[in-house]
Amino acid sequence: MTKHTELGLSEEEVLDMYRIMLTARRVDERMWLLNRAGKIPFVVSCQGQEVQQVAASFALNREKDYTAPYYRDVGVVLALGMSIKELMLQAFAKAEDPNSGGRQMPGHFGSRKLRMLTGSSPVTTQVPHAVGVGLACQMNNDDAIAFVTLGEGSSNQGDFHEGANFAAVHKLPVIIMVENNQYAISVALNEQVACEKISDRAIGYGMHGETVDGNDPFAVYRSVKQAADRAREGSGPTLIEAVSYRLTPHSSDDDDRTYRSEEEVKQAKEKDGLISFREYLIAHNILTEENEKEMEQTIKSLIDEATDYADAAPYASPDTLFDGVYQ
Amino acid sequence: MAQMTMIQAITDALRTELKNDENVLVFGEDVGQNGGVFRATEGLQAEFGEDRVFDTPLAESGIGGLAIGLSTQGFRPVPEIQFFGFVYEVMDSISGQMARMRYRSGNTMHAPVTIRSPFGGGVHTPEMHADSLEGLMAQQPGLKVVIPSNPYDAKGLLISSIRDNDPVIFLEHMKLYRSFRDEVPEEAYEVELGKAKVAREGNDVTLIAYGAMVQASVKAAEELEKDGVSAEVVDLRTISPLDIDTIVESVKKTGRVVVVQEAQRQAGIASQIVAEIQERAILHLEAPVLRVAAPDTVYAFTQAEEVWLPNHNDIVEKVNDVINF
Repeated sequence: MTKHTELGLSEEEVLDMYRIMLTARRVDERMWLLNRAGKIPFVVSCQGQEVQQVAASFALNREKDYTAPYYRDVGVVLALGMSIKELMLQAFAKAEDPNSGGRQMPGHFGSRKLRMLTGSSPVTTQVPHAVGVGLACQMNNDDAIAFVTLGEGSSNQGDFHEGANFAAVHKLPVIIMVENNQYAISVALNEQVACEKISDRAIGYGMHGETVDGNDPFAVYRSVKQAADRAREGSGPTLIEAVSYRLTPHSSDDDDRTYRSEEEVKQAKEKDGLISFREYLIAHNILTEENEKEMEQTIKSLIDEATDYADAAPYASPDTLFDGVYQ
Repeated sequence: MAQMTMIQAITDALRTELKNDENVLVFGEDVGQNGGVFRATEGLQAEFGEDRVFDTPLAESGIGGLAIGLSTQGFRPVPEIQFFGFVYEVMDSISGQMARMRYRSGNTMHAPVTIRSPFGGGVHTPEMHADSLEGLMAQQPGLKVVIPSNPYDAKGLLISSIRDNDPVIFLEHMKLYRSFRDEVPEEAYEVELGKAKVAREGNDVTLIAYGAMVQASVKAAEELEKDGVSAEVVDLRTISPLDIDTIVESVKKTGRVVVVQEAQRQAGIASQIVAEIQERAILHLEAPVLRVAAPDTVYAFTQAEEVWLPNHNDIVEKVNDVINF
């Protein structure tokens, strides 16, 4: 038995997971280039977290479940069906951007069509929102669940506590996944929390908690799948901590050399989950030299196309200033 | 028709909407079995069940966030914030989140939440339990801010608020909860949001007020009448959006205005109204528009409360100033 067959994942599915992770990485890399070329104002990166984002999303029912992603979740939103073009439209802040029509910061995802709540800049507000959606699912006897992500820094916010506590009290179908990338902008993990693991907090809420290697797609998939099963059968919420590393500075306006060593980043890059997953797929003849080349080319041409489209697309007209303030 | 206090009218409005629309949910701290610390939700859990009327943990921000999540799924949450002084705990949910859902989602999501909360002075509750913080709310685009002054309006305005597709902050002045009764229809009816009412007609001066200051203004008007001064009282009912047309119409008739608010003087609703009047009707004015407001301190301690709160004597005094200008 291989790791993927053990989890009931087909070769097509794992290859699709890898394709989306790689897409997220390439989209992100392109956004940095566009930012440095003065084409887009800001990038807040997913690099180093794509593996956990995509693996977790594949463990959900992507036709039915609700998500409240946070600003690094390029992998999550791609896995749920957002297109590269739509991602580029939000990066360029154009009128056609389905997330907010260019009214929010980049990375503030939201889509009625994809059952994705709109998020905003103060971190962790999405947790109680997702808990509200979980309550709606429970009240409607809908077996959908609410999946919400946040960074480990955000787990110190009051809203994390208030949301997690309510979800546990009412045994709501909610999965809270903390993407621990070791840094809250410049503040390292040991200055953010005193507990050994973020998932240690789960016991305080009376919910199941576990920590998984965020660079291991199979560990993340298993953990989220089990949490989803528990949520659907009425056993309540789960707190999952997926541990990886933020490979880029916090954002295009941040210089991470002021607070971490290049050596540390270099070492983390060697543990990049995208590399080990690629090796796994090659070892199992799922990824070949040929289909990898084709995959890279397809992604590149889709990104080129999306970039050109978004670059040329019009900005929102100032005439729409008052739209959506009230009904 | 039944005679109801304002708190009874509020309970009646909640009952009416819980009955009319299965998506209406009532929740907050102690609103379930206990029926609310002011009994606004008394009997509702027994009547509509624990799924639709429920207690939450002591966590205001969580209450606000929960309401947002529910509202995106078609529910119409009517959460209670136990005292409006606690609104600071839920400010981000209100001003940062629900007020902006429609705008920032490009009109694809909205948050039809009605937050009810008691506020206001004169019942010997100290700061955080008596503050008038409606100005904070009125400054946030995307919110509507409603403050009834009597039982009839309270029921109709609350029903309209719950049915409204934008978030509404519905503020209930504690002193008005049980101070008098009104004829209140038993059926459902709406009082339109954003529409002021002329509570008392007059020709010499306009008093503009809301909440408990409407009663103080009417009382002042009655005293002024004895001196031969005919005062009109405009009850704003909604402070955001403001009904400028009704205000300006009255100003054009009387040419003299006193704006009354219980909140501190600095940066309040009264200042906004004065600005609107001078922009729209300055040539109709016979005197400067004056304000009656509380002093710029934190809400007063009990022994100083009567001095701190604006009352009908303060209003009469300002009216005499604008009449004798």
